[in-house]
Amino acid sequence: MNKILEVKDLSVSFDTYGAEVKAVRGVSFDLEEKETLAIVGESGSGKSVTAQSIMRLIQMPPGKFVNGSILFNGEDLTEKPEKQMENIRGKEIGMIFQDPMTSLNPTMTIGKQIAEGLIKHRNMSKKEAHLKGIELLKLVGIPTPEVRINQYPHEYSGGMRQRAMIAIALACNPKILIADEPTTALDVTIQAQILDLMRGLQEETGTAIILITHDLGIVANMASRVAVMYGGKIVETGTVDEIFYHPKHPYTWGLLGSMPKLDIEEEELQVIPGSPPDLADPPKGCPFVTRCPYAMSACTKQMPAYTNISDTQKTACWLLDDRAPEVQIPESAIVGGSEINA
Amino acid sequence: MVTYILKRLGYIILSLFFIITITFFLMHAAPGGPFASERALTPAIEAQMNEAYGLNDPIHVQYLDYLVSAFTFDFGPSFKYVGQEVSDIIRRGLPYSLVLGLEAMFIALAIGVLLGVIAALKHNRFGDYTAMIIAVLGISVPSFIMAAVLQYIFAIQMQLLPIARFETFAHTILPAVALASTPLAFIARLMRSSMLDVLSTDYIKTAKSKGLGQRVVTYRHGLRNAILPVISYIGPLVASILTGSFVIEKIFGIPGLGNEFVVSVTNRDYTVIMGTTVFFSVLLLVSILLVDLVYGLVDPRIKVAAKGDKG
Repeated sequence: MNKILEVKDLSVSFDTYGAEVKAVRGVSFDLEEKETLAIVGESGSGKSVTAQSIMRLIQMPPGKFVNGSILFNGEDLTEKPEKQMENIRGKEIGMIFQDPMTSLNPTMTIGKQIAEGLIKHRNMSKKEAHLKGIELLKLVGIPTPEVRINQYPHEYSGGMRQRAMIAIALACNPKILIADEPTTALDVTIQAQILDLMRGLQEETGTAIILITHDLGIVANMASRVAVMYGGKIVETGTVDEIFYHPKHPYTWGLLGSMPKLDIEEEELQVIPGSPPDLADPPKGCPFVTRCPYAMSACTKQMPAYTNISDTQKTACWLLDDRAPEVQIPESAIVGGSEINA
Repeated sequence: MVTYILKRLGYIILSLFFIITITFFLMHAAPGGPFASERALTPAIEAQMNEAYGLNDPIHVQYLDYLVSAFTFDFGPSFKYVGQEVSDIIRRGLPYSLVLGLEAMFIALAIGVLLGVIAALKHNRFGDYTAMIIAVLGISVPSFIMAAVLQYIFAIQMQLLPIARFETFAHTILPAVALASTPLAFIARLMRSSMLDVLSTDYIKTAKSKGLGQRVVTYRHGLRNAILPVISYIGPLVASILTGSFVIEKIFGIPGLGNEFVVSVTNRDYTVIMGTTVFFSVLLLVSILLVDLVYGLVDPRIKVAAKGDKG
């Protein structure tokens, strides 16, 4: 498999009044051709900032790259001039945002919004782009695309808008599609349709997908590999099977434990108590230490290094150190069959 | 669409009715009358004058006469200027105010929108501060001071432009700039804040993620959405700016319409007051209607026709 994207030790900060918020603190991962990598984590874990950094969509200032590189086809995207970035965006990397209600321009027809990228990157005429737009709308499952293409976003339902967003993002056959919580704002039945659509299109076009989500059900359905982010760092990464069946990090346990289960009767939904760290003043050690039931003194002092569990799984936790006490994975985090296939 | 416009026209007539009624009774509630002047008339003459102009009729008769004359746009002769019709007075002043007003509108819109966009794009940087200093000056410096300063710099010191009167295009520049300064500043601030809002929206991110350049993103995706609040401000602005400004006209010696508004009130020149009021109101109400129609064109979410057809 070929790596098409390598993120190495990426750190992104935001200058705010009085403090520098370190949103992403040394994140490394690769993306291989045609695979789906899920980045999971709760709000504020840095997953969206990571994704938008790849596209260079972070406003700079206040945002800035502190460290690291993003290698796409061997070129570092963090150092590319803005003009050259324009030829990457839309053409090589497409992006879908969380809320389809706000991610389309309300005063422009869907057709024009699809055509823009085609005209810019594929040198199409307006007419060609219009016809290609109809084709794309048909591809993403919009009925009567000849009519719909001339409509405005407010004439579309939420699900249809997200379909139109997918059509925009995939218009120029990008090598990578970044989907930043693509189904969070949609209701559950539509979610499944959109995910099916994305999977189908991936098979057809061979696009690699970076899927950002906090919904582990979606991860199980879509991804081949998973990176778990917490406090601006990747705390654990591995294949879907490894993350679901052999998780090693207490935060991953917590996430798995918070999934509602159908086969066990629960009085209340499980949560991870506490809240994520303040990234304006990030902890010196492991960011999860304040919420971790297994925290030790070492955890507060230094961030643990990655331990290679297998060729594909890496975990950053002091519990994996030889000197640490043996800890059993809590029962709540043991995944049965039911929720994976949900 | 047609139903909608007809309905709106109906509302305009209703509003006019209220405006005329209120103006009429306010006018008569104010002490004094058109024939009260320093040089007292003999009671006999005054009685005769009142009789001739219908001021001796009971108030409700006068009111009905007024309504009729207002709705036929025939306001009759001025009480003060013998032999002059109200419509003559308006027709005489309007061309000056119209030219000046249109020029000022153009300056205010073009420069105001430009300053606002620059300020938003250079948010919290030098360009932003410069544009906002200009805007704050424009809002806080009264137009008569602005006018005097402009006259001093450009007419007296630099001798570039004529200081007053209304003869050539060069004569119109200073008063138009002075007249434009406040709305210009207002539009710049309006444009800046709405552009800042728009630039932080998701669809601007979408536009960038398609690989569009900064300029295309700003103008094609940003401007059209950000200009909506400015469009709604244009409605009342058109009416007030086209009917002239008393202060600017006085300073620059321009025989415009703004003067008539003020003088007619101090003169208690009932027919002229009514004429100018109705004229201003019609202009205001029609320009608000036009703005609403334009709004529907710019923002497809506002369906002018559909709303009108349903209700």
